[in-house]
Amino acid sequence: MAYLLNTDEQVKEMLDTLGLKTLEELYDYLPKELIIDELNIPEALGEIDVLRSFQNLSAKNKVFSSIFRGAGSYRHYIPAVVPEMANKERFKTAYTPYQAEVSQGTLQSIFEFQTMICELTGMDVANASVYDGASAAAEAVSMCRDRKKKRAYISGGVNPRVINTVKTYSWSFNAPVEILEQTKDGLVDIDALEKTEHTDIAALLIEQPNYYGLFEDVSKIVEVAHKKGIKVIVKVNPIAAAVVESVGECGADIAVGEGQPLGIPLGFGGPYLGFMACKKNLLRAIPGRIVGETKDEEGNRAYVLTLQAREQHIRRETAGSNLCSNQALCAITASVYMSSMGPKGMEDVAMQCYNKAHYLANELGKIGFKLRYNSEFFHEFVTESPCDIEKLNRYLENNNILGGLPIENNGILWCATEMNTKHDIDNLVSLCKEVL
Amino acid sequence: MKNPENLKYSKDHEWVREEGKKVVVGITDYAQESLGGLVYVNVPEVGDEVVATESFCDVESVKAVSDIYSPVSGKIVAVNELLLDSPESINEDPYGNGWIVEIDEITDTDELMTAQEYEDYCNTLSKE
Repeated sequence: MAYLLNTDEQVKEMLDTLGLKTLEELYDYLPKELIIDELNIPEALGEIDVLRSFQNLSAKNKVFSSIFRGAGSYRHYIPAVVPEMANKERFKTAYTPYQAEVSQGTLQSIFEFQTMICELTGMDVANASVYDGASAAAEAVSMCRDRKKKRAYISGGVNPRVINTVKTYSWSFNAPVEILEQTKDGLVDIDALEKTEHTDIAALLIEQPNYYGLFEDVSKIVEVAHKKGIKVIVKVNPIAAAVVESVGECGADIAVGEGQPLGIPLGFGGPYLGFMACKKNLLRAIPGRIVGETKDEEGNRAYVLTLQAREQHIRRETAGSNLCSNQALCAITASVYMSSMGPKGMEDVAMQCYNKAHYLANELGKIGFKLRYNSEFFHEFVTESPCDIEKLNRYLENNNILGGLPIENNGILWCATEMNTKHDIDNLVSLCKEVL
Repeated sequence: MKNPENLKYSKDHEWVREEGKKVVVGITDYAQESLGGLVYVNVPEVGDEVVATESFCDVESVKAVSDIYSPVSGKIVAVNELLLDSPESINEDPYGNGWIVEIDEITDTDELMTAQEYEDYCNTLSKE
C-alpha cells in the first residue's frame, strides 16, 4: 500500500468542495493565541549533512567488542539472512491495513510467528506480539484477574524492570501486587507460597531462568500454585526455552517473554518484542491481535484477524487491555531467526551459552569471585565481588569490555553467550585479576 | 416467542424463575434476539456473590460483548455448564436450556415485572 501525500490539485479540489480558499481557513475556528507562527526547529539539511550529523551522534555510542552483561538484553549472533529478510521493503514499510485481510502476506507472517511461539512455549495459542517482555508480563497478569481475584504475586527473582512495569499496570487497575521474596538459593519460595493466607491471588509471575540466571522448578511451583487456585505466568528466555522443559509441559497457564534474543540487535534498549502464549482455556483473555487460518469461499487458504470480540474496540470499557497493535517487524525478525536457526541451531546456541557461562563462572571462581547462589544456572550468574566493582568495570571498559552488572549487596550479575570466545573469557579473567 | 407467565422480568432483559427460596436466571427472548448469534458465554463461578443490577456475566456475539446484570443479590449455587460448549442454547431456548445461573441466599431483588408488563415494556422500546 502506498502512502502518498495529497497533490496540490487534490488539496485544491477538497478546498473548493468545502468552499474555502486556503488550508489555513480550515483552522480559522482556533483561537488566534493558540496558533504558532513559527516552529523552533533548525533549517532543513541536505542528505550529506543529515548523514554527517547522525554519524556524529552514533560516534558517541560506546560499542564494546566484548560484552559480559545481560540482565534482560542479550548479545547473540544474528545470521546475515535475518536482517536481509526482515529489511525487505514489503516487510519493513508495511503497516497492517485497517482492513487487515487485504494484506494476506502480513497476516501470514504473523500467523507463522504465532505458530513458532506456540512450539517454543508448548502453549495452545499465541498473539501477534506486544511491545516488549515487560509489557507482555503485565498484560498476562491482567489476563488472570477476575471478579474475585485481583492480587498478583511476583517472585523476587523476576527482572526488577519487569516488576516495575507490572506494578505500574496494576496500579491503574487498583489491584494489589506483592513480591514473594526469594529463598537463600535465589529461587521462588515455594514454602511461602504454600503458606500464604491470601485467597484472592489471581496470578503468580515467575521467570525461567530467573533474573539471577537460575533455573526454577517450574512444575513444582505450578503444582503448588494451582492447588491454591493461582494461575502461573512464566516469563521465559526464548533461547533457554529451546533446551528446558517447555512452559506448557510444566503445566503453567501463560508463557511470556522478551523476544530480543531472537535475532534482534541490542539497539540501546529497543525496539524489542514481547511474546505471549496461553492455554486454550485463556484464549478469550489474551489481549491484542490473533491471526487465524481459514478458507475463503473458493476453498483457498486464507488468514484473518480472529476472535476480535476480545478486543478493546468491541469490549470498550469492559476490555481487560488497551492493546491494539503489535510489533510486526520485530516479530518477523524473530520468525526469520527461528526458522533459519531451526530447533537444532537454537539448541546449539543455548548449549554454547550454558557452557561458556559455566566456564566463565569457574574461571572467575578461581580468582576469588565466588558464586552467590548454589542453584543451577543458565547463561547468567551472580558472584560476590572481591574488589571495588566500579573500579573493576572502569578498567574493563578501558579495555573495550563491558563487565557484569553491579547488583545489590556488592554482587555482580555476569552473562556469557555464544558470542564470547574462550579467548575473550580468559582475557576478561586475567584483566579482572589485574584489578584485584 | 411468548414470554412465559410464570417468570418475572427485569428492565435489563433478564428473567427470574422462583424455585422455593432459590431463583433461576437467564436472558429473555428479546435480549437474545437483539444480541444475535452468541459465540461465547463467560459464565460466573459457583460461590460468586452477586449484587442486584450489577454485572455478573458477559456474553459474546459475533460483533459485540454485552454484560448480563443480576436481577437479585445473593450467591450463585449453580451455573449452566452447557453454555460453555453450546452458547447458542441461549438463542435456541432462552427460557429452558439457555438458563444461566441459579442463585440462593437472596437478600435483595431488583424491581421485576410480570410477563404482560415486560411485553408492554419491550413494545415501548421497539417504538423508540
